[in-house]
Amino acid sequence: MDITLSIENLRVEYRSRDLGEATKVAVRALNLRVGQGEVFGFLGPNGAGKTSTMNVLLGFVPPTSGTARIFGVDVREPIARQRIGYLPEQTYYYKFLTVEELLRFYAGIFQIPKAVTEQRIDAVLKLVELDHARKRQIKTYSKGMQQRAGLAQALINNPDLLILDEPTSGLDPIGRMKVREIIQRLKSEGKTVFFSSHELGEVETVCDRVAILNQGELKTEGRVSDLLREHSANLEQIFLKLIGFAPQP
Amino acid sequence: MNTVWALAKVVVLEMVRRKDFYVLFILSVLLTATAGSVNLFNDRSIVRYLKEICLLLIWVSGLVIAITCTARQIPAEREHRTIFPLLAKPVTRAQFLLGKFLGCWLATGLALALFYLFFGLVSASREHSWPLVNYLQAGWLHWMMLGIVIAFTLLGSIVFAAPSSNGTICFVCSAGMLLLGRHLNKVALSLAEPLQSLLYGLYFALPHLELFDVRDLIIHNWQLIPWGIIVLATLYAAAYAALFLFAAWLVFRRRPLN
Repeated sequence: MDITLSIENLRVEYRSRDLGEATKVAVRALNLRVGQGEVFGFLGPNGAGKTSTMNVLLGFVPPTSGTARIFGVDVREPIARQRIGYLPEQTYYYKFLTVEELLRFYAGIFQIPKAVTEQRIDAVLKLVELDHARKRQIKTYSKGMQQRAGLAQALINNPDLLILDEPTSGLDPIGRMKVREIIQRLKSEGKTVFFSSHELGEVETVCDRVAILNQGELKTEGRVSDLLREHSANLEQIFLKLIGFAPQP
Repeated sequence: MNTVWALAKVVVLEMVRRKDFYVLFILSVLLTATAGSVNLFNDRSIVRYLKEICLLLIWVSGLVIAITCTARQIPAEREHRTIFPLLAKPVTRAQFLLGKFLGCWLATGLALALFYLFFGLVSASREHSWPLVNYLQAGWLHWMMLGIVIAFTLLGSIVFAAPSSNGTICFVCSAGMLLLGRHLNKVALSLAEPLQSLLYGLYFALPHLELFDVRDLIIHNWQLIPWGIIVLATLYAAAYAALFLFAAWLVFRRRPLN
């Protein structure tokens, strides 16, 4: 299987601006490999280092040491992001634009030819069911619609790798189901999906493999079915056990 | 270049859809129209004073639009976190800065064109003549000067987190340079060393924005500036804008975004 994403010995530190305050280590010696066509769940409690790892993958933060590669290209090179689609946890878009204008803008950044751009806009708006609201400014959208607009922008370049940061956060059950359907559809098209989520039931349903991170360290990594069999428990129980959380009897 | 252009278009679109510019434009239109309708003591030369006041208004409005529009670009991108989905795409930090610069500069140019057009119409209705080339030269040099201010403000917006403090600092520096820039060398002569050398250094290092202030071309219908000088002034502005943008890139290129 071709490797889409690889992380080797990754360490991310944040230096404190306050004198006398220690450097914070967000990620320590992380090694991960995600193969082409996999749906990979990246799990961990808040502050585990998931967002820091994603920030490195997307070039927002330079790694302190170690390397991260996407399609074999170092993530510090902007070209590594040519085949990526990224959906942030919250909707962070230019809300004075209509969704159509937003998609045209991002298509311009990917240098997609104009004729193809219009086809892609039609296709992704249909996929996320926003075709009827394409001429409305994003600021008039409901939260669910904004999240779907986010998914549309992540798909505009027909990416081979999708990085989704808690894609169902704050969505109602119907919204969650739609996002799940889209992920499964992308998987059936052979796309790789790397996503973080706190919805463990959802992860269990959608993912091929998962990694669980705690305090910057990788606790486990493997196929969902193997983990479930090995621990004779569901993913939530495995997760709680690995992060050292003992539920009250 | 497509990426830079795409970014610039969004900046212009934002300015068109925001209300701040329209407020300034309507205010300037009202003041210019009022000034244009004044006829004190039946004195024809009063028109020149009125033109001076209106052009000063355009200069102040131009500075305000350029600085406020630029100062909020990067802090707003960070505050609203729109920078994340943007830089998650194949956009280099240099392209991001260039796009912002180009967008602010074009947006300011659009505003200037409207201001000068309206002022020209009012002025032509009073004087029954419109020296178009004078307007073009004065407007062009004004726009070039604002290019330096925009690049400087963009650098400031990376160094200072708050747009208000950056805007104030840039406005004070630009106005200070416009008013005092030409006198720095004379002031230096009256100082003792090492202050003298320091001020001389500043006199030669800082961009002389006042060189671009050729409002008299319009007010007094001066002779046209030779085109060679216009080209040199354009290159001078481009060099300073490039210098500030380069400094902004040096600060921004490895800055973590989190």
